Amino acid sequence: MSKGMDWGLHDPLPGDKPILWAESDHEHDMMSTRMLGFWLYMLSDSLVFAALFTAYEVLSFPMSFAGGPTPRDVASPLYGYAETIVLFTSVLAYGMVMVNLKAERVRPAMLWLSLSLVVGLAFIGMEVHELQGIAAAGGPPQRSGFLSIFWAVVVVHGIHLAIGLLWMVVMFFQIARDGFTLMVTYRLANLKVYWLYQGLIWTFVYTFVYLRGSI
Amino acid sequence: MFGRLTLSQVPYDNLVVGTAFIFAAVLGLVIVGSLTYYRKWGWLYTEWLTTIDHKRIGIMYGIVGTVMLFRGFVDAIMMRTQQVMAAGPLSHGYLGAEHGYLPPYHYDQIYGSHGTIMLIFAATPILAGFMNYLVPLQIGARDMAFPYLNALAFWMTAVGAALTMVSLFVGDFSHAGWVGLAPLTELPYSPDVGVDYWSWALQIGSIGTTIGAVNIIATIIKMRAPGMTWMRMSLFTWTSLTTNVIGLTAFPVLGVAIGLLSLDRYLGTHFYTTGLGGNFMLYTNLFWIWGHPEVYFIILPSWGMMSEIIPTFSEKKLFGYPVMVAATMSIGCISWTVWLHHFFTMGAGPVVNAFYSIATMLVAIPTGVKVFDWALTMVRGRLTFTTPMLWAVSAIFMQIIGGWTGMMLAIPAINYMTHNSVFVIAHFHCVVMVTVFASIGGATFWFPKMFGFTLDERSGKWVFWLLVGGSFIVFTAMFMLGLTGMPRRLAYVPYATWWPLLAIEEIGIFVDIAALAAFIWQITVSIRDRNSNLAGRDPWGTARSLEWLTHSPVPDYNFAVIPHINARDEAAWRREHHLDHIMPTEYSDIEMPVNTPVPMFIGACTAAFGFAMIWRIWWLAIASLVTIFVIVIFRSFGGTTGTTIPGSEVRRMERLAARGPERRPDRLVPGAVTAFNAGAAE
Repeated sequence: MSKGMDWGLHDPLPGDKPILWAESDHEHDMMSTRMLGFWLYMLSDSLVFAALFTAYEVLSFPMSFAGGPTPRDVASPLYGYAETIVLFTSVLAYGMVMVNLKAERVRPAMLWLSLSLVVGLAFIGMEVHELQGIAAAGGPPQRSGFLSIFWAVVVVHGIHLAIGLLWMVVMFFQIARDGFTLMVTYRLANLKVYWLYQGLIWTFVYTFVYLRGSI
Repeated sequence: MFGRLTLSQVPYDNLVVGTAFIFAAVLGLVIVGSLTYYRKWGWLYTEWLTTIDHKRIGIMYGIVGTVMLFRGFVDAIMMRTQQVMAAGPLSHGYLGAEHGYLPPYHYDQIYGSHGTIMLIFAATPILAGFMNYLVPLQIGARDMAFPYLNALAFWMTAVGAALTMVSLFVGDFSHAGWVGLAPLTELPYSPDVGVDYWSWALQIGSIGTTIGAVNIIATIIKMRAPGMTWMRMSLFTWTSLTTNVIGLTAFPVLGVAIGLLSLDRYLGTHFYTTGLGGNFMLYTNLFWIWGHPEVYFIILPSWGMMSEIIPTFSEKKLFGYPVMVAATMSIGCISWTVWLHHFFTMGAGPVVNAFYSIATMLVAIPTGVKVFDWALTMVRGRLTFTTPMLWAVSAIFMQIIGGWTGMMLAIPAINYMTHNSVFVIAHFHCVVMVTVFASIGGATFWFPKMFGFTLDERSGKWVFWLLVGGSFIVFTAMFMLGLTGMPRRLAYVPYATWWPLLAIEEIGIFVDIAALAAFIWQITVSIRDRNSNLAGRDPWGTARSLEWLTHSPVPDYNFAVIPHINARDEAAWRREHHLDHIMPTEYSDIEMPVNTPVPMFIGACTAAFGFAMIWRIWWLAIASLVTIFVIVIFRSFGGTTGTTIPGSEVRRMERLAARGPERRPDRLVPGAVTAFNAGAAE
């Protein structure tokens, strides 16, 4: 019975035995519901970054430099490139966690998860080092409107990463304790979305802040 | 140790605040005293505070919103009274004020809190309450997609509201309006904690709204009963979906706008400052990118409620349902493209102004469609003017007035003339009144579904005529004042010629106060006579959507057996085909999640965090933030727990309920299942 899209324009007449009640209390698919919920959260998070990038554009005009450091002075595309490689290595390692999850190999998954975690920490370390240098060279966030938003974009992304790393630590112990239970699988899948998404946001940070800042 | 918090921050010497404090203290003592006297603390904790049942969370949202509505209304009375007392250079001063009874700084805090409270902590929670309660019932779901998150969203909203209330007695509230005008909100111009109260209350409350939006969208997409296709969803569910798409996408921008402001205030950055490269128009843009969609966040569910009430009391299906759906979704989209009309006069130039003018006017098309659809639903219908119907019809009239004046304001030329005048205030109050009218109508309409008895009609009509009459008096005078050029936000009205119109406004406000008294009387009478007004499944006899298929009040499990959906107006379809008394033949076990105090604890920690940040009590802020993380992580290590209601028990409860309202057992109210699990049902 193919009717195409049901526009619900005409209510059906009841048959001899109308179906009034669902046959069973059907289990709804918690995996897809949780994934959808997390994607929706990611949508709201995207709007946070969209607003921040908008503010970055607005505060990138020369009058917002207030005579202080310009994008050229604070953004080093080469250092940013190194950071990109490090972060994407962590994202790749997390991808391997998911490969091992599908193959149900607990120990390799934990190994890759630790690698992703350690490399992610290294990224945070690089970022802290970089920001310390900028602050020492006369570019703290309080210096100008431009520096305020520069720090805000980089640090908000960094905080997201730090939360992701904390999440990884928690997942490490949950895998160790429970193995790949349904609950652990939900969380690993959502952490994958989160971690890849933070990598994606970094590409925007790198493009708009580091590459464009260098020209 | 306590940051900036000292005993001198408590304004005990202010007579106005002192009176409010005595009132709040007495009310608090009465509530705490009666809870203790009737030994209800355990009941409150197990049945309400720790609940993750969407229906109870919905009712709690409604209670928070209604309490805040009263608070916001008192603010309105105070402002109007101040203006009528402080008109003209010869007006007297009382209580230390030069004119009127409120010094300007106090008056400014009152309009700041009035706007913040009415939009964020009254309208938003009340509508969130309706959506929480009704959406799962209207799509035939057992629960929300994420019941635990739902409770968390509620507690975030409640914490935001609580912080706003605390500001009344400890410290100040923002004096910069509900929009938080930058750079007035920057530290040099607002060194007190007022702006911090405002920003943290809004920040925390908006996190709640965002979480709630995730939940409702996921629920609508994933939890629909078999047969509930998209085009069979009731219009309230559609508007809830649209509203929450707005909530999900707009509130994060508010978070950024206010977050950057807080960075300016706390760390000395320069996002919105007047010097060192700050740009305060950036704030205005970010704020209204949230602020204008928020207007539709508030109006859309109201339209949804009107679209449920009008067909029910016209005994016809909603006219032009697919067009209504399309109109709802297109309003959701257009809401994102109109924010700049809030500052036409900033000097953006004719091209930009023309774009936003046209975008704003486009809203009139889908809105007009809706008005015509409601009207055509009533044409040749069997109309019954019960109170919900009266409210819905009057909301249409308010919508027309608010919409017309909105179209006037959408023309930049007129906007330049009326900018920042009370004409604008009258316009958006008419629009917000649509929400008020529709919400009162909706509350009357669904009250029997929530509590099992109908509200008193006779006193309800008194409330209706008084509130509608009062509102029309106030806003007519306000439109006239606006057109004669009276600016908004005046603590002192320099021009004595405006006094007669201000006095008419004051009269209107007093009629509104009478409406409030009538409302309290209505609730009292209704509770007193509840046994003679017990409701069956469909107390109106003509209700149409799915929630009317289950009992009133709705049992914990919503539907004993999930219904199979055959038609858009399933309840009406079954009634018209004489299928409405066919009960399921088999009842199977129902899995239910169990209550948890975790969301409440996280809420308590968030309240501590917000209060600590406002007063710069750093140790407490860090401690409460760490505690929140610890709670979340700790909970993730525990398994989720559920409970099972055996099919035999479902059958027993359904049989009892099917005997009709007069024979309904006392235990079949919300809580029956909990009682069963405690072994009390035997």
